[in-house]
Amino acid sequence: MDKNYKPNPENLVEVNDLKMYFPIKTGMFSTTPLKAVDGVSFSIKPGETLGLVGESGCGKTTVGRALIRLYKPTDGDVFFDGKRVDEKSIGTLRKDMQMVFQDPYSSLNPRMTVEDIIGEPLDVHKLYTSRSDRREKILHLMELVGLNAEHATRYAHEFSGGQRQRIGIARALATNPRFIVCDEAVSALDVSIQAQVINMFEDLQKKLGVAYLFIAHDLLVVHHISKRIAVMYLGKMVETADADELNAHPIHPYTTSLLSAVPYPDPKVAKSSKRIILEGDVPSPLHMPSGCPFRTRCKYATEQCSAEMPKLTDRGNGHLVACWNK
Amino acid sequence: MAKEAADVNKMPKKNPLSLQIDLQKFEKATDEEKKQADVMSESTSFFRDGMRKLRKNPLAMFSIVVLIAIILMITLVPVIVPYSYSDIITVNGKRDKSATNMAPFTYSKLEQQYIDEGGKVFPHIMGTDELGRDYFVRVAYGTRISLLVGVFASAIVLVIGVLYGSISGYFGGKVDLIMMRFVDVIYSLPDLLMIILLSVVLNEVLKFDGNGILARLGTNMISLFIVFGLLYWVGMARLVRGQILTIKQNEYVLAAKVSGAKSSRIIRRHILPNCISVIIISAALQIPSAIFTESFLSFISLGVKAPMPSLGSLASAARSGITTYTYKLVFPALMIGLITLAFNLLGDGLRDAFDPKLRR
Repeated sequence: MDKNYKPNPENLVEVNDLKMYFPIKTGMFSTTPLKAVDGVSFSIKPGETLGLVGESGCGKTTVGRALIRLYKPTDGDVFFDGKRVDEKSIGTLRKDMQMVFQDPYSSLNPRMTVEDIIGEPLDVHKLYTSRSDRREKILHLMELVGLNAEHATRYAHEFSGGQRQRIGIARALATNPRFIVCDEAVSALDVSIQAQVINMFEDLQKKLGVAYLFIAHDLLVVHHISKRIAVMYLGKMVETADADELNAHPIHPYTTSLLSAVPYPDPKVAKSSKRIILEGDVPSPLHMPSGCPFRTRCKYATEQCSAEMPKLTDRGNGHLVACWNK
Repeated sequence: MAKEAADVNKMPKKNPLSLQIDLQKFEKATDEEKKQADVMSESTSFFRDGMRKLRKNPLAMFSIVVLIAIILMITLVPVIVPYSYSDIITVNGKRDKSATNMAPFTYSKLEQQYIDEGGKVFPHIMGTDELGRDYFVRVAYGTRISLLVGVFASAIVLVIGVLYGSISGYFGGKVDLIMMRFVDVIYSLPDLLMIILLSVVLNEVLKFDGNGILARLGTNMISLFIVFGLLYWVGMARLVRGQILTIKQNEYVLAAKVSGAKSSRIIRRHILPNCISVIIISAALQIPSAIFTESFLSFISLGVKAPMPSLGSLASAARSGITTYTYKLVFPALMIGLITLAFNLLGDGLRDAFDPKLRR
């Protein structure tokens, strides 16, 4: 933790060198750290969306959870609105930072009515004056996400996946937060419902001015909703750029291969584009390769790559890339 | 709406050679017709759903009826029957020494005489015991004590087990490790030996004066409760811990944390309601096992203090005259059997109705 680190006052959320290691038992008494997130930095401005992409197990979700203090980060600084997020301050900051979860089936308590699920943050922070005020606020939230008032007394299992995700979003919006972590919020939904929910996210951003950290593995979805996109590989950030810039001119070899795998709904484009297929598997995060983690699958890898991890460097217009050769 | 209606009329004309259906033949659905499509089943809570399933289970319903009948019996019998469980039968103010070991529905000489003179004597439905006490009242009281022990002991187990298990399971890690090793130690203690030792020690230490319920139950019963409180909760604690370990992985628990809810609220509102069915079932199954333990202890004369009867001590006393007065063993044994069977069947029924893993 860098005690002297000064966050930029323009940023709503600022993350500097975030590290999250999980101890894994390797013997009776010995543990090895699993480096789920290893030195990630980024920032989000008010009302902006940052997309975070990467393949399964690269630490995207862990970043989101450590950011919102569901995990205690091993090291690194997280700032919200200029204030350091730690054990003491999180109590007051909870109201401003919320989360939408990946699985709409397990993120709603099956024993609670929709009214109580959405009302829980209101109860915890005592954000209402009377029972009728509480009900009014809940109905307003339900209307905001497109649910009917008669749904309030129903249980979560009576809804479809898309409706459940809306309930989860209404819950996240209940405290009027300024920042929401959307952890694969649309991945579990059908494509048509995905579009509805994403449009809703955008509408809410316009209406309420919330900032999102949008975690997903679908590049098309992320490109659609995000202003900036960050690409992660094995707990490290490999490339960050504006959404259009990243899509048009990817620099890091991992990003180029990811983009080449995006299915385009136009068969002509799909035929003409060339897939870059990566060799081998993702290395185990318990036995990380030395230097750049991507070097084992990278066709440009040199000796320098195995010796030292490249730093994120600016290639113009805020396009940051961590690669020696590109 | 008007625009949409116009769109319908503008449906493409059907090509006479096409096999496609003629779109112009379709009418637009009115709002009322649209409403008919969203049929919604009645909102059912988990509890109501479970009760509906329970009501369909004949064995469970039968055991509920049996239990209600037994509870009615133990509350009404001491009120209706004019005999007391500890007093020898008196006729017209005189102690009736001949009224010992009578068969059901018979009267002693004195009583017969009194009836002939025009007096009224309440019949001895189950006869009398070797001291001339009405056996029906004694069995009713014994059932009362046995049920009390069962319910009370399982309540102790429930409270301690749920508290301990939920704390251990929720906080996990080192807390869990230490708390569970403690449970393992308790698990390894021989329970019967502990009851016998404790009742010996408590007999010396505790002295209940007067006529309170504790004094009448005797130190053996108190030590039985204490042993249940000390030893028997570990099974429940393990069960609850296991449940909580799985439930706390759910994202709704994380969501509650993100909302800023405190641990106590998360346990109360999110975790316990989701494992309450398992807890209720195992508490219901705990009752017959406590009754059985109590009966067994009374049988080896470590149970309630005389003259207070319990089903076990009644059965034990009846053992000596088993060939001549068989009915004196049959009645308490029948009650023990009925109670344990009813609770076991009810517990099974509850599990079938409420355990989500057994859903068909």
